[in-house]
Amino acid sequence: MGSSTIPIRAVTDRSPAFEYFSTKKDELVGWARKFSLFPYPFVTACCAMEFMAVSSSPYDTDRFGAALPRFSPRQSDLLMVVGTLTHKQAPILLKVYEQMCEPKWVMAFGACATSGGFYQNYAAVAGIDKIIPVDVYVPGCPPRPETVIDAIMQLQDRIARSHHPILTDRF
Amino acid sequence: MQAITLPNPVRPNFRADTGGDVIVNIGPSHPATHGTIQVIAALDGEKVRRVDVHCGYLHRGFEKECESHTWTNLIPYVDRLNYCSGLINDFAYCEAVEALMEIEITPRCRYLRTLLSEYSRIADHLTCIAASLMELGAMTAFLYLVMIRDYIYEHLAALTGARVTYTYGRVGGLAQDVPDGWLLRLDEILDQYEDFTGRIHGLMDRNRIFIDRTRNVGVISPEDAVSWGFTGPILRSTGVPRDLRKDAPYLAYAELEFEVPVGINGDNYDRYYVRMREMDESVHMIRQLIDTLPDGPISVDDRRCVLPPKHLVYSEIESLINHFKLVMEGPQVPAGEVYTAHEAPNGELGFYLVSTGGGMPYRMHVRSPSFVHMGGLHRLLEGYQLADIIPTFGSVNMIGGECDR
Amino acid sequence: MMAAPSLDQVRRLLDVAPDAITVSRGMFVLMLEPVDLLDAVRLLKSELQFDLFLDVTAVDWLERSPRFDVVYHFYSTAHFARARLKVLVPAPDPVVDSLTTLYGSAHFMERECHEMHGIGFRGNDDLRPLLLYEGFKGHPLRKDYPKQYEQPLVPYRER
Repeated sequence: MGSSTIPIRAVTDRSPAFEYFSTKKDELVGWARKFSLFPYPFVTACCAMEFMAVSSSPYDTDRFGAALPRFSPRQSDLLMVVGTLTHKQAPILLKVYEQMCEPKWVMAFGACATSGGFYQNYAAVAGIDKIIPVDVYVPGCPPRPETVIDAIMQLQDRIARSHHPILTDRF
Repeated sequence: MQAITLPNPVRPNFRADTGGDVIVNIGPSHPATHGTIQVIAALDGEKVRRVDVHCGYLHRGFEKECESHTWTNLIPYVDRLNYCSGLINDFAYCEAVEALMEIEITPRCRYLRTLLSEYSRIADHLTCIAASLMELGAMTAFLYLVMIRDYIYEHLAALTGARVTYTYGRVGGLAQDVPDGWLLRLDEILDQYEDFTGRIHGLMDRNRIFIDRTRNVGVISPEDAVSWGFTGPILRSTGVPRDLRKDAPYLAYAELEFEVPVGINGDNYDRYYVRMREMDESVHMIRQLIDTLPDGPISVDDRRCVLPPKHLVYSEIESLINHFKLVMEGPQVPAGEVYTAHEAPNGELGFYLVSTGGGMPYRMHVRSPSFVHMGGLHRLLEGYQLADIIPTFGSVNMIGGECDR
Repeated sequence: MMAAPSLDQVRRLLDVAPDAITVSRGMFVLMLEPVDLLDAVRLLKSELQFDLFLDVTAVDWLERSPRFDVVYHFYSTAHFARARLKVLVPAPDPVVDSLTTLYGSAHFMERECHEMHGIGFRGNDDLRPLLLYEGFKGHPLRKDYPKQYEQPLVPYRER
């Protein structure tokens, strides 16, 4: 025991007003970003069928603001890796991921992208998180469209809750 | 993370000519290459001089997986070959194993497999036409066709439990019988199908822009098509009326009455139209099959491959051991080899199985139509414009799972 | 549609030992020596109209010598008959003649057979990897290649 107590100090040394405005700014920017996701559908395999189904009626992702695909990594912010990633395709995935600008999120769509699925052999990468960081994993082989929409909504919650520094690296 | 500058995983087989050709790389992450094909084109202005097609970006080691799983465990893997028409792969594979075991399936199973094969063919052609029309800019046509395809998926989910990759075929029969009311809904879907495709015909068939973009583009002659191994709608669009369902009938096709649509030119428009007509013929066949579907069991009563009924498994020791052996070791298939081919929506899908007795294959090879078509794709692309690469590629219907296995 | 050739017709045409040609499940199965392959295929194509070359693949019999079975499948669009050719090649340097002079579809299929099994095709000068990538060592479909031995192109990140 003794006198070595851990002092409790304020989390930040900024003023409460600044913190209030910063939080409100985060909420506003988070709201704007979550409802205007531009996916880059990095489509490889069978999950493409469900991706096509979830983008069209009746499971429209346009209702969530996440329908308009941008086929250039410079113009998109959500990388959806749809289908199995093989070792031959891995450098291309890494290159596309690195060409995307911040902020960016990654969705591992399907069992193969999440963990390699049932292809545990010399050719398939056992999950894309061996190559790039992933924000949301969608299970299913292929996942039902409702599962994909649930994943988009969870990603939207995460975007809404997170910190969005836009002017400086603290604000 | 360091930015990586990578040479191509496989070197292209040409360099820029001194004539000033520009080399353009299309793919392998491209919306219009259906996933994973890379086309390296040498262009002279807008005209394509040489093309090098690289596939293999979806090679998932299917044939190596086959050597370490039982015959029944492979049915999910086989489904994911041509994932647009999963049931046809199931049934072709199961028929190959049944040929090795010398099992004859029941009449009801035969008719149901035929019906579901034609149903899958409709789904596959819908996907192909929807994707290729969308790549030409016809978003409305895409949405119509994907809508009717979604009805088909939901309907098949009511039968098999899954929308896209079904795992419904079994060695010796099928997983379960059709539920009540399934055939009534099938009738409804076929009527809705006719409504939707009527709209597509109205939008596309005499559309000036569509005709200009697809007529006389991607032409291949019948002799070239046979020499380069094209089968299926591509071969039929050149005028060669070869269709395994008519020439060497399997399942219940010998008892059905249908025509084989054939094109005139061998161009993109013909491939689109042959597929639309083939879907109509499939609907005609399904209607005949619904009327003549026999009753009876769907699985052969053969304990070498078919699981015993659950109530027996729980009450008799013989059935319990039978069930255990079938699940753990797989059906014991006698030694031998077989090649079975079905008429898949893309062409001739063949399974070459080598068995040394035992519950696992010794070697399995898939003769996939898309792979052979990729070998001949350069014949369709060279000499045309850069903007023609996308519609031609869409009309060939390359499916990555089947091409690269 | 022409009549399908009979077993005797095929035997007389190809002039090989009688037990080299059998019929199995509706297909002709021919066992040939590697040197006879190209001539036999030429005869099949010109005389018997086996004009559609379906497939070439190989089977690795690890304990047997010769080790590899190179298996060809043909189809005739004129009389709907099928044929399978098997050529036995020994292990250390398996080479067969290429069929690219007769069929265009042989290019891709021989490339795949080469990279998966290591079978050489004399006469096909483009045997680059097709389904695998440059730098992949070994031939995966051989029985002595372990299934899970991965050769990644991109180093894995630490989590």
